[in-house]
Amino acid sequence: MALNLVYLTIVAAFGSAVLPILFCRSTVASKLVAFILLGISGLSGILGGGMALLGKVDISAELPIGLPWLHCHLHLDPLSGFFLFLVSLISLMAAIYGSAYVREYQQGSQPLLPLTLFTGLFVVGMDLVMLADDAFSFMIAWELMSVSSYFLVAYQHQNETNRRAAFIYLLMAQIGGLFILLGYGVLASFSGAFDFSSMQAVELSPAWSSLAFVLALIGFGMKAGIVPLHVWLPQAHPVAPSHISALMSGVMLKVAIYGFIRFVYDLLGNIYWQWGVMVLSIGCISAILGVLYALMQHDLKRLLAYHSVENIGIIYMGLGLSMIFAGTNHLELATLGLIAALYHCLNHALFKSLLFLGAGAILQQSREHNLEKMGGLIKRMPVTAFCFLIGCISISALPPFNGFVSEWLTFQTALQGTILTNHILTALIPISAAVLALTGALAAACFVKVYGVCFLGLPRSQNCAEATETAYGPQLSQILLAALCLFFGVFPTWTVSQIENIAQILLPTGIPMATSHGWLWLTPVSSDVASYGAPMVFLGIGSAWLIVWLWLHPRRKKMEIRIAPAWDCGFGSLNARMQYTATSFTMPIRRIFRPVWFISENYQQPGENAPGGRYELKVGDWAWLKIYQLIGRLLLATAKRAAFIQGGNIRIYLVYSFFTLLFLLWVVSL
Amino acid sequence: MNGWILAIVQTSLLLLCAPLLTGWVKWIKCKLQSRQGAPPWQPYRDLFKLFKKEVVLAESASPIFRVAPYIVFGVTVLAGSVVPMFAIGLPTAAIADVIVLVGFFALGRFFLALAGMDVGTAFGGMGSSREMTISSLAEPAMLMAVFTLAMTVHSTNLASMTRYLLEQPLQLYPSFVFSAMGLLLVAVAETGRIPIDNPATHLELTMVHEAMILEYTGRHLALMEWGAMLKLMIYGMLLGDIFFPWGIADSFAPLPLLIGFLSLFLKLFLLGLSLAIMETGLAKMRFFRVPQYLGLAFILCLLGMLSHVILEIN
Repeated sequence: MALNLVYLTIVAAFGSAVLPILFCRSTVASKLVAFILLGISGLSGILGGGMALLGKVDISAELPIGLPWLHCHLHLDPLSGFFLFLVSLISLMAAIYGSAYVREYQQGSQPLLPLTLFTGLFVVGMDLVMLADDAFSFMIAWELMSVSSYFLVAYQHQNETNRRAAFIYLLMAQIGGLFILLGYGVLASFSGAFDFSSMQAVELSPAWSSLAFVLALIGFGMKAGIVPLHVWLPQAHPVAPSHISALMSGVMLKVAIYGFIRFVYDLLGNIYWQWGVMVLSIGCISAILGVLYALMQHDLKRLLAYHSVENIGIIYMGLGLSMIFAGTNHLELATLGLIAALYHCLNHALFKSLLFLGAGAILQQSREHNLEKMGGLIKRMPVTAFCFLIGCISISALPPFNGFVSEWLTFQTALQGTILTNHILTALIPISAAVLALTGALAAACFVKVYGVCFLGLPRSQNCAEATETAYGPQLSQILLAALCLFFGVFPTWTVSQIENIAQILLPTGIPMATSHGWLWLTPVSSDVASYGAPMVFLGIGSAWLIVWLWLHPRRKKMEIRIAPAWDCGFGSLNARMQYTATSFTMPIRRIFRPVWFISENYQQPGENAPGGRYELKVGDWAWLKIYQLIGRLLLATAKRAAFIQGGNIRIYLVYSFFTLLFLLWVVSL
Repeated sequence: MNGWILAIVQTSLLLLCAPLLTGWVKWIKCKLQSRQGAPPWQPYRDLFKLFKKEVVLAESASPIFRVAPYIVFGVTVLAGSVVPMFAIGLPTAAIADVIVLVGFFALGRFFLALAGMDVGTAFGGMGSSREMTISSLAEPAMLMAVFTLAMTVHSTNLASMTRYLLEQPLQLYPSFVFSAMGLLLVAVAETGRIPIDNPATHLELTMVHEAMILEYTGRHLALMEWGAMLKLMIYGMLLGDIFFPWGIADSFAPLPLLIGFLSLFLKLFLLGLSLAIMETGLAKMRFFRVPQYLGLAFILCLLGMLSHVILEIN
């Protein structure tokens, strides 16, 4: 049943890609077909994935397609079910959101067809990655996902930045794919077969297994966006259409996490704690640098893209802790770390998609993508503002919303570090927890900035002053995501008990203590050590608010609220340019963490063309400037050197061919 | 059932006593600075007056501005209800551990900072920016201290922490000394006292908390002020619970409860006194010196953690 639903998911997504071509005469018809089928695919995927997760399904199937000696192996278990659920949930939201959102493109210069075609193929690719049970079909599905998302990033290719971002994205996706292929190559050469079940069975020596691990870490990390492999993310996400950004950031990065978990926990199996230390440090660096870079961004979608780097870092921290504990045979704690990481995958998919969809609504309604031009949108777009606020609270890891639960679980895992006998690890793990605390606090600062500058205060541009609320479709998808953020924040015990199904397969143990005190209490280790009553917290905040409000409310009848101008120190009326901007808000943080960014500040004294003076601030990414540009320069220089063999004379080329042939003959004869 | 009643009693006592602590600190400060000073119960009069006054809203204020005081106050009350005051073993203590407590304060601060940005004046934004900067540096230090203590007592639950410390024979842990110093510095920063922020100032160059609530009037202002008083009291209770747990009641019999109440009274009395002396003796720090101050707090907490790992794990 679950597998049939998953087949339906893939077929419907494929239909949403291909069928609109038949209706290409009428944009409305093709749009309807595409988004309805995408919605059906999402719904059946939610059901199928959910059933696989909740029912601990374990089904294998073999389709007679693919290479003659290697049929396509499919496998559905709780791990793939969980990620399939995520992909389908967000693609359902994208379908609800998209049909009204793409109206903008209908009148534009682009035909709508490429967008729907590649969106469908993209979802098909992601779904197939979850199902693949041999390296060959995994790589095919992975490349389908990468290449179709390339076309989505390049959709508005008339802009130079879009083309550039798409090219960098494709380049890095291909290099990452190569690393994954090599990783599978190591496993396949020892097992002699490409299917995952024989890869699981083979025992590798520590050196080979570590090599395969590092290849997988780089390959999947390239897609997930760990620092310093993150540079494609802040370029590609802002230029894609917003529902695609939500899909890419919300779930495509999770597909990489899925691949990593599948590779390390399932295929390699025997985990060494040194790997965990590596993953934990990468996670810490990604989390802290991601949030610091995000703080300095003024393009809303670019800022959100950097926050994806931060959240991927938090997920890797959970995984790293889990691997350290798994490597030292503390399987219950390894389970706890894995659950924290998976929970954060779920949460990040929800709130990041919510924020990207909100950002898309703002972009479409106000035509501004620069934070410094926004302001006062809460009055123009109340529904979007409300949902965006929930997204901001969730991503800042504040109770009682979902982001808090997974970070709390990560903290609890880190706190159990004293159980380790290696004292260096015992001292390092709390420091990683402090990094997590710093990340959370800086994320809160960042989202106060985003919300305060974008939605509150006075509008900083005419466009924002005249913006209107979005259509019902985008509103509905945002409301649903916001409600889910609250749901997974308030009922963590149930969620943890379901995610535990995954851990029971990967690390054959569960954490019975976590949910043993009923649905009200979450007690990851034991009730004496730590407990969190999320429904009580929600109820407590609600009732405290209600009591105070009821107590003060009667006064309102006696005394009308007086509306008056804001206090202006007696200097005359305030205007929008006097407000704190995003740049000024983050100035103290910029000053404290100065070496983290490449900063160039330029101040021009008041002159003729700039009566008030001019201030220009550029914040660059060190990884891009110091690593990637260097590699680019080196490549160009080598290419120039190598170009000397290109003489342009046909006789020389014939000589080259002759010697190549000779060489190959020699190789063959060996 | 007794526990829940006691929890409600404790929370209401917290609400009632918080203004007295603030008034007491103010009164001592005035005496130390050779001023006449308002009596310690002056904050009650102020709150009473503010609740009676009319609310004036800025034209540009959004619903966030009107909701924020209720959320800030409500969350602070909730935070207060999970911190053991004069008895441990209350059922509310299980709702949240110290990390959730930090989360409560962060939630309140989030809305406070948003309210500061809401009206669109420069002051509010200035206050919000400073507050978020300070808190983002203070939070890691605070959690580091909490982790060190949690490593010793094997729990992040406040009531379990206090109970464990009460049951131990009196001994000096080096990690506790460092953590206590670190946590004290953090508490001063988080409650907005000198040398980080001056609760008495209205000078735009220096204010942090006051800048965010500058546009508030009437009952909204009263809630914000009361919330700040509660926060001071909660931090006082927290320091008391962790570092001076003696006297707190571990059963619900009348006599231990009375002793618990009196000991709490004494602890807060002394804490208020030392806070007033410190505030009189120190000058407010320049804002860009604050990172160094909080860096020191973090280093102290880190030292506490390292000394725990090196000296106390056998």
